Amino acid sequence: MSELSERLAPVNEIREKKALPVRPDPETAPQPDLREELFELEARGELIVQRVPEPYVEVTTKFGRLKKVPVDHLWHHKSCGQCGHIPGYTTSILWLNRQFGIDYHDPTDQTSCTGWNYYASATSNAAAQILVMCRNFAAAYETGYYPLIHCGTSYGHYKELREQLVHHADLRDQVRRVLDKLGKPLVVPEEIVHYSEWVHVMRHRVAERQVVDMSNVTACVHPACHYYKIVAEDAIYDPDIYGGQRTATVTALLQALGINVADYSTWFDCCGFGFRHILVQRDFTRSFAVLRKIEVMRDEVNPDMTVTHDTGCVTTLDKSQFAAKAHKRRVGVPVLADSQVAALAMGAHPFRVLQLHWHSTDWRPLLEKLGIDWERHWQEFEEDLAAIERGEKPGLTWEDAERPALAR
Amino acid sequence: MSATWSPAKAGPTYAEIPEEAKRRLFEEVIADPRYEDFLYGCYECGICVSVCPSARFYDFSPRVIAQALSREDVDRFYEILMEDIWNCAQCFSCVRCPRGNNPGGLVTLIREVAVRHGLEQAQEALQGYSRVIYKIMLKGNQVSPDMLQPDFFPDWGPWVREFSQHMHTWRKAIPVDTLRSVTDAAWRTDDRTLRELYTIWFETGNMEIIREVDEGLYELLVEIMEEELEARA
Repeated sequence: MSELSERLAPVNEIREKKALPVRPDPETAPQPDLREELFELEARGELIVQRVPEPYVEVTTKFGRLKKVPVDHLWHHKSCGQCGHIPGYTTSILWLNRQFGIDYHDPTDQTSCTGWNYYASATSNAAAQILVMCRNFAAAYETGYYPLIHCGTSYGHYKELREQLVHHADLRDQVRRVLDKLGKPLVVPEEIVHYSEWVHVMRHRVAERQVVDMSNVTACVHPACHYYKIVAEDAIYDPDIYGGQRTATVTALLQALGINVADYSTWFDCCGFGFRHILVQRDFTRSFAVLRKIEVMRDEVNPDMTVTHDTGCVTTLDKSQFAAKAHKRRVGVPVLADSQVAALAMGAHPFRVLQLHWHSTDWRPLLEKLGIDWERHWQEFEEDLAAIERGEKPGLTWEDAERPALAR
Repeated sequence: MSATWSPAKAGPTYAEIPEEAKRRLFEEVIADPRYEDFLYGCYECGICVSVCPSARFYDFSPRVIAQALSREDVDRFYEILMEDIWNCAQCFSCVRCPRGNNPGGLVTLIREVAVRHGLEQAQEALQGYSRVIYKIMLKGNQVSPDMLQPDFFPDWGPWVREFSQHMHTWRKAIPVDTLRSVTDAAWRTDDRTLRELYTIWFETGNMEIIREVDEGLYELLVEIMEEELEARA
């Protein structure tokens, strides 16, 4: 054996080591902890840091640091793509809040982050983007509630803008000048929290109230790029989920609900959304979503559904399958958000709450496999629609949506 | 656009554009305060390309972008500006870079320069996109239910047609108070909130950026926004 071979670790040893869960040491994190810099700026009187209210749950992030995820007193920073085109996504998040008696605020003093437009067209600039974020954060702060960001892109965009705000004094000065004109303080939350992180910390409570057995279902998870690739150190990781080598959000929820989570080789690939592409160049979007995601899932594990946690991903993966069917591609995998799966598990109505009629890919086989009589529920919902059209009721209310729906 | 990717395109393209003009645009990109956080050099390892969705479908390489900027190759930079940047999906898979580069972020900076200068290629890439800009600037939302028209989304399945026929009823059948019945925006937003948004657009020079992309749209937006702001004043 040569001297070099003696120094090299045997393959088996390397494999064993790689099989061990990753437990990073925050002391050796490659990136500084931005929160410390935020507190320093606050101590210098430059800005206000909104503290995470109690009760909160501490979770580990990519480099082993702890992140506080608030459970209660939530200001829902809604997503324009969810509310506009897949409203069952938002409805499910708020329905879960209501089921757990969470004190929340659903604001009308909120704009979107406008990040979708920025990533699509670049028709903005850093100062404008930071100001849109800070205006929303100030609006949340004024209510006393803590912002919970629904959109993966808003979450990623805000994390990046927060870094820019902290690291560039001239940007801070510009932002403060405009905020002064608006009569608003410069506030940055201690933690930027995505709704799927709230779902993640609530997963055992969801499982306690699960009424739909999901153990016969196989699901693939698509982790959203803007959740864990932009400012990667802020995403939740858990040594028990994929050995701590992938984000734990979504997967941990599905496992808690007894769903078989199946791995597939292109898990790291994006969905193909492309921001500009989904709106004006969908040949790229459809091709990527089908060829690199849906077909790979179908060929490798043939899941009953794909679950993800971002606006663009649900839209892209769901809507891209219809045209591909005409080309005889191997599609037909229903796409749901984690909030919809959690709500469904707890007995939410598939149409009053999940609003599945806004989805394009056929969800009926999934509901049938779960033993849910979708025809009866659709009939109920059609009666709601008819009553609205006759002018007998102005619309659905939470009271309608919270009535027991699925068989216990 | 060529279907075959060529890392070293034969001969200088855009030879008619003076070197100085190319360099001015290049220097605008590197003068952005974010630039130094987005580029630290390049190993040429290709990890960014291996995870890039656009590299699979277009003549596009995040590695070439990082390389061209590192080497201050203004000719290649100009080609990227004119031909490549609008293919990026902005997913940021490329930030897996072992040097800590952010090629997707570099694309954003180059796009901003392309838009600020009203380059024809930027206008072409954003063709058909004006109605989205109109919505985001005025309503603070990127999309709204009334944008779901069968003519615009024929590939999204028959539900789009069904939805557009029943939009008002379906929107009433959402239990969330801020969404119910709203069709021209994603949710109900306070007038004051929108006025604050307009102030942000004006104070940060964002409206001037819109003018470079679409002057007609700019004039329409400014008229509506100023009227709203003046009414309040």
